[in-house]
Amino acid sequence: MAQVSIRDVRKSFGSVSIIKGVDIDIQDGEFVILVGPSGCGKSTLLRMIAGLEDITGGEIRIGPRVVNDVPPKDRDIAMVFQSYALYPHMTVAENMGFSLKLKGVPQAEQKKRVGDAAASLGLTPLLDRYPRQLSGGQRQRVAMGRAIVRDPQVFLFDEPLSNLDAKLRVQMRAEIKELHQRLKTTTIYVTHDQIEAMTMADKIVVMHDGTVEQIGAPLELYDRPANRFVAGFIGSPAMNFIDGRLEQGGLILPGGAVLPVEAQVPAAPGSKLTYGIRPEHLHIAPAGTPGSIPATVAVVEPTGADTTLIVKAEGGSLTAVLRERCALRPGEAVTLKPAAHQAHLFDGQGRRVAAA
Amino acid sequence: MTALANSPSSRQPITFAFLAQVILIANSFIMLYPVVVMVLSAFKTTGEIFEHPFALPDFTQVGNFAKVLGETSMPTYFVNSIIVTGISIILILVLGTMAGYAVARYESRTNTFILLFFLAGLMLPLKLAVIPLFILLRDLNLLDSRWSLIVTYTAIGLPSAVFIMAGFLRSLPAELEDAARIDGASEPRIMWSVMLPLARPPMAIAAIQNAVPIWNDFFFPLVFIQTDAYKTLPQGLTTFMGEYTTDWGMLFAGLTIAAAPITLLYIALSRQFIQGMTAGAVK
Repeated sequence: MAQVSIRDVRKSFGSVSIIKGVDIDIQDGEFVILVGPSGCGKSTLLRMIAGLEDITGGEIRIGPRVVNDVPPKDRDIAMVFQSYALYPHMTVAENMGFSLKLKGVPQAEQKKRVGDAAASLGLTPLLDRYPRQLSGGQRQRVAMGRAIVRDPQVFLFDEPLSNLDAKLRVQMRAEIKELHQRLKTTTIYVTHDQIEAMTMADKIVVMHDGTVEQIGAPLELYDRPANRFVAGFIGSPAMNFIDGRLEQGGLILPGGAVLPVEAQVPAAPGSKLTYGIRPEHLHIAPAGTPGSIPATVAVVEPTGADTTLIVKAEGGSLTAVLRERCALRPGEAVTLKPAAHQAHLFDGQGRRVAAA
Repeated sequence: MTALANSPSSRQPITFAFLAQVILIANSFIMLYPVVVMVLSAFKTTGEIFEHPFALPDFTQVGNFAKVLGETSMPTYFVNSIIVTGISIILILVLGTMAGYAVARYESRTNTFILLFFLAGLMLPLKLAVIPLFILLRDLNLLDSRWSLIVTYTAIGLPSAVFIMAGFLRSLPAELEDAARIDGASEPRIMWSVMLPLARPPMAIAAIQNAVPIWNDFFFPLVFIQTDAYKTLPQGLTTFMGEYTTDWGMLFAGLTIAAAPITLLYIALSRQFIQGMTAGAVK
């Protein structure tokens, strides 16, 4: 187990900059998730930590050691790939024991360690099978077994669940988390799925366009997003954004509705701000309620547990998630009122300036 | 297929399939007929061949084979053919796989150039260069030796082998290599333990595709080899055809012996061969 520290790390391919100075500190035993849309550089960063990509600038430490120029095999890491990357011509046992064999571990110990890892993942009956004879979930487990057998300082996961179907993904999500709680090995996990990030991480690193947008615990990111990108990325359905103008007494929306804001917004009256409110913080109110938004129902999506309401308002469409059942039909008028103190205000650059 | 055949609207496909079967059977007959006649004639005397060309022979009568193996240089030719074909194929596979691996798996600016260089070899019939080749081999003191054939065949075979291997190795997922690198494998180890076991089908293609023409080649031995002890089968068999008379029975026995190894090799590798030909066709 070890700390991982990433200092001003950069990566460019020719003149194209992929990672533009990233700083992340990962504590011993922490489960950190790198999340972001595709192309944000998260997988590249993980591959740099693994040693599969050169580091153009900056410094990566695993434990006390700078590993910039250390080859992957000497970094004491193990990695699980998106495609699992199991060796097709080796049995499950050979796949899991390959790294030990290369290290020259005595055969008896190889067998014992592979056996232990297999037992902990429920793979014992499959040890003599080939990867092609396994289901997706079993292959995933073998890939994890191959990582566990090495007893590394750091586990790296590169979108390990994206090839699985939705049900299996939920199950494996729990298994990976349970595995981490049992082994307590420092883990860095890459995904584009913010639900995976929210449910599994101790700490989330939101990346966008080669830079870190925000680092924090899942609920911290949810409750206090540092900017509009994080606010929109974390949470499903995504946060609603309404552009308005700050005036005395509140934020004026395009349709003329006035939303109350905190007294001490650090912005000049007349400046353009974006009002962000999560779908579950919009509630139905009687028409004409002060500080509410009049709208027309466009789509009603009942999921059973709650109802998602997509409405058209002046200045764009909004999404609301209602806990209670509702009898609204498309085309009907509805008035939505944001819950008090749950909104966020973002300035022209997308930075969060205040709560509302 | 069966579901299709049972439905009333599938008359057309059945007729087509039937026609295809007829053509294929006819084709197999045309292909197999000379081979069967060759094997049957190998058990007959020259007189019998001309009297009853299509009759089944007495298979216990192996005099032709005994004569070919006992009284001629056939065993020497046979050994020469095996040595020349074997070493050529080994060299083609080893060098071709390594070159193909480097071209396919490592990023370098010279890669395309190197691949194109090899491809140029595919487009160049080496028989056109036989005179300079002859002079070159003479200057290297390789003329009239088995090595003259081995180096020539290896040079001819390499381009296609590199092309086949590079194409296949490129299609293998890069994550496998990364996984092996993290597992602690060195670069040669990755090639040997991870990539090559997966590359058996294209290696079988490269092997068969080169072995058949090398085994059957008549041209280069004719030009390069004078000493009887270094002759290969195709060239050696011509000595059975006399100026005035030919012992046809013996010639057919020799041909049967000559054709056997490559046929067996083809049968042994055909599964891999077909697998390689269709690789990527179905996921």
